[in-house]
Amino acid sequence: MLTPRSLDEALALKAEHPGALPVEGGTDVLVELNFDRRRPDAILNLNEVPELKVWAREEGILRLGAGVTYTEILHGPVAALQPALAEASRTVGSPQIRNRGTLGGNLGTASPAGDALPPLLVEGAEVELASVRGVRTMPLREFLVGPKRNALEPDELISAVLVRPSGAPQTFMKVGPRNAMVIAVVSLALSADRERGELRASFGSAGPVPGFVTAPIAERESFAEQVAEAATPIDDVRGTAAYRRHALRVLAGRALERCLA
Amino acid sequence: MRISLRVNGEEREADVWGGESLLFALREGLGLPGSKNACEQGECGSCSVLLDGELVCACLVLAAQADGHEVTTVEGMADGEELHPVQEAYVQAGAVQCGFCTPGLVVATADLLARIPDPSDDEIREALSGNVCRCTGYAKIFDAVRLAAAAR
Repeated sequence: MLTPRSLDEALALKAEHPGALPVEGGTDVLVELNFDRRRPDAILNLNEVPELKVWAREEGILRLGAGVTYTEILHGPVAALQPALAEASRTVGSPQIRNRGTLGGNLGTASPAGDALPPLLVEGAEVELASVRGVRTMPLREFLVGPKRNALEPDELISAVLVRPSGAPQTFMKVGPRNAMVIAVVSLALSADRERGELRASFGSAGPVPGFVTAPIAERESFAEQVAEAATPIDDVRGTAAYRRHALRVLAGRALERCLA
Repeated sequence: MRISLRVNGEEREADVWGGESLLFALREGLGLPGSKNACEQGECGSCSVLLDGELVCACLVLAAQADGHEVTTVEGMADGEELHPVQEAYVQAGAVQCGFCTPGLVVATADLLARIPDPSDDEIREALSGNVCRCTGYAKIFDAVRLAAAAR
């Protein structure tokens, strides 16, 4: 167990122990440890790294530290800047999970069902990756490379998510068996950006990585169909591929009504 | 590794291994079995404790992450022989059936009432959404939360 007290120390430790598993809130990692699905050589506890816990707005860019929790997004000023992300945060797990789970953790896990991912994708978010070699940013779309796979190099840590809030009407919807403790059967974030004349949608749990679809606002009539057709869902314990595609079409229709109202 | 933490107002130390959960350390290392061990994946809430005043599932926190921090478990709620008002309300309302979920619900209810002294039904539902009772006793649990709110 390695517990750095600053970002520099965390990056030095990650460079020294590239096999160390980074842990923020632990809501994903502890499940794997508790069930013996994973026995990492070392664990890098990021809870004591203050730089990761803060968010800031500078020159129109919102910088959300990797350690910002869902509760902080939901109840803080970020909610007004990223409304779909706040809606998504509200659907994560339970109060206990939202108090611990972080944006950085959601990106690190890179699950196709990650609730924070679709809202960030429709807002064109970038990921900031840090290592002793320096800092680089990459579009979130490129960062997510497969189911539970991301583009992190072994010596890198996710330090922040960067987003320029569009201010466009946006929403997030999620289908599951109840209102709490749900891993999305399917999820959707959609924004209607009149300034750019663009509709943007991103969906989760309907492909190996969250999907992304964009079209001119003039194509609003066919957009729900475009979203459903872009999905590549599978049958699994949570739902069938056919249901997921159908649900996405319905959600996209409702989200369009909400965002274009 | 050795960790030092404040548990229910007392400085405690425990020897843990890196991947050990706070729940395991509380129950097996520190002699505090009030927080229950059930799903071990954050689904049931029966291990709910306060970590630095925040409601968390102890099964999803590494014991080593609690090093230097403050934990309140259900054992820390009563004042000597006198039950915490939330505990008393659960007794009075008959909100306990098998009792396994009760410690987590009591901690979650106390957390709710500390933030929202007079919660609406929706606020109760949301605040307790991470705590599962499989005896289907939710109606009595709601009664207990309302009773505890009224008693404040």
